[in-house]
Amino acid sequence: MNNERNESNTVLRLENLTMQFGGVIAVDNVSLEVGKGEILSLIGPNGAGKTTAFNMVTGVYAPTNGAIYYKGEKIIQNTPQGKMKKLYQGKNAELYAGKHVIAPTPDKITKLGIARTFQNIRLFKSQTVFENILIAKHMLRTSNLFTATFRLNAREEAQMRRESEELLKIMELEDVRDELATSLPYGKQRHLEIARALATKPELLLLDEPAAGMNPQETLELTQFIARIRDEFGLTIFMIEHHMDLVMEISDRIHVLDFGESIAEGKPDEVRNNPRVIEAYLGGAQDE
Amino acid sequence: MSKNKKMVWNVSLIVALLVLLFVLEQIMPSGSMLFTVLKKGAIYALVAVSMNLLNGFTGLFSLGQAGFMLLGAYTYAILTIPAQSRGSVYQYYDGGIIHFAIPAPLALIAGGLIAAAFAFLIGLPVLRLKSDYLAIATLGFAEIIRAVFQWDKLGPLTNGSNLLRSFPTFQSVLYPFIVSGICIALIVMLINSTYGRAFKAIRDDEIAAEAMGINLAHHKRLAFVISSFFAGISGGLLAMYQTTIQASMFKSAMTYEILLIVVIGGIGSVTGSCISSFLFIACSEWWLRFLDNENFYIGSFHVPLLRAGFRKVVFSIVIMAMVLFYRQGIMGTKEFSVEALQGFFKKLLRRKGVKEAGDAHE
Repeated sequence: MNNERNESNTVLRLENLTMQFGGVIAVDNVSLEVGKGEILSLIGPNGAGKTTAFNMVTGVYAPTNGAIYYKGEKIIQNTPQGKMKKLYQGKNAELYAGKHVIAPTPDKITKLGIARTFQNIRLFKSQTVFENILIAKHMLRTSNLFTATFRLNAREEAQMRRESEELLKIMELEDVRDELATSLPYGKQRHLEIARALATKPELLLLDEPAAGMNPQETLELTQFIARIRDEFGLTIFMIEHHMDLVMEISDRIHVLDFGESIAEGKPDEVRNNPRVIEAYLGGAQDE
Repeated sequence: MSKNKKMVWNVSLIVALLVLLFVLEQIMPSGSMLFTVLKKGAIYALVAVSMNLLNGFTGLFSLGQAGFMLLGAYTYAILTIPAQSRGSVYQYYDGGIIHFAIPAPLALIAGGLIAAAFAFLIGLPVLRLKSDYLAIATLGFAEIIRAVFQWDKLGPLTNGSNLLRSFPTFQSVLYPFIVSGICIALIVMLINSTYGRAFKAIRDDEIAAEAMGINLAHHKRLAFVISSFFAGISGGLLAMYQTTIQASMFKSAMTYEILLIVVIGGIGSVTGSCISSFLFIACSEWWLRFLDNENFYIGSFHVPLLRAGFRKVVFSIVIMAMVLFYRQGIMGTKEFSVEALQGFFKKLLRRKGVKEAGDAHE
């Protein structure tokens, strides 16, 4: 892949992103780019700030400082304010000062075309597999409360159902269509969560540890699955993962965080041999 | 069973029920306890379903139902008292400030709209709260509304703490059944629509629902306002049923009764709420009445313990037993349907058949 990416080819860009909780800096001045059609993995030891970074992109947290761009458009921006003005210990405190604060809620982010899955599976427990996917289609409705109640949106409703059925078929979940989501085996629940995210028709998919708790066989299947949906749906994928074999296998690039800071970025082979990454994962050699 | 066939079954069941009620009304004395239970039961069924929409389907634990019923009841009463009766009703306030009356159905809808408007306003701050905190805030709102309506300064509008009366009422048991029936049908249609699915998603997992592009604030507000709208209508019906109203009726105890109906019927089941509402009203108003009678004899045996108020002791025990043995309520989250009933009978017959075959074999 070409390392020189221009703006038009960048789907997601994090710029000087900092998140400070009280006196703790969870993510420190991180900047990264995800190019179109790319699979970028975010790795790092526990507590490195990976999930926090995700939560900022998806609108769960407003960053303390920094900006996020989606397809060249600024979607999130913040600067230290109020109490945080004095407390702030991160970098670039003045960079966004006086600028407009942009802090959309997670549903707005999803509507832009950024869907996500969760580290600890969050399916709609009382609903069937099919309904779980159908709920995600609610976002794409054109009906309002009145037309939906009186079924004046029958055509749209039928289309929602048809698209959900098709998605089930592609995801190989049609045989468990009417089962309760939580009654599925763990691996299938992961698949369903990804399917549900895809039902919102995203361009960018954020996967938070998709292989967490999976055995090597399931991880292998998931690797192929992720590669397949990327091609089939024309997705850009940004994921957090701990399974190094999965990460090394499918990532186009890898970004490494440690204690909230970016310590390396590059192709899998470059990252694998980067001394700082090895040090972060295995501990400093001089301590021994 | 196909969708059309199901529809035909449901419609014919409803028509049969209405015809049955009509016939009963013709052949039974109008003072019969049965009609009291049916009328009040239908009204409580509506408010229970509206509460279920909020508590059971959207997962918002709100205890403001009595407050919204009060708003509906007062709006209905204030708007429908005939101009010539206003002088006597508002005798301490020079006949009040409103000097017109509108038809009863319009006033019912107005009651719903006023309740909905209040719900919208108090929903703005209150819906940011979750679970218990929301319950406390809405309960507080209901109590405040009750106090405000008894306020002397509002007398020209609300008649202070005096009774409101002389407004149009209903005679036939069909009236509350039809109004409640239409309202409940609307709620069911809403629940089965894409919005209903979004509500259930919020109940199951707020964070996931939001990540699926469901605007939490908007949908919670919708559920809250719609639920209050129907609570308001049922408040209007209650006013019609009681023929007089007073703000002090709408105590938090009323909300607890409704909550009890919802819990007994099954949180998340519309038909459960309807069934349990009739059972609840029948138990509290009718079937257990004899327990209050000190001179109750079976043959020549004088049943001990019975005295005024004993009914409530037994009733509490019945409810405790219900909650212990039917933890999910009568229906759980299932719905009553012709299909389920058919399945039940088929199973029963098959079991009997198997047993008979087994007996024959021996």
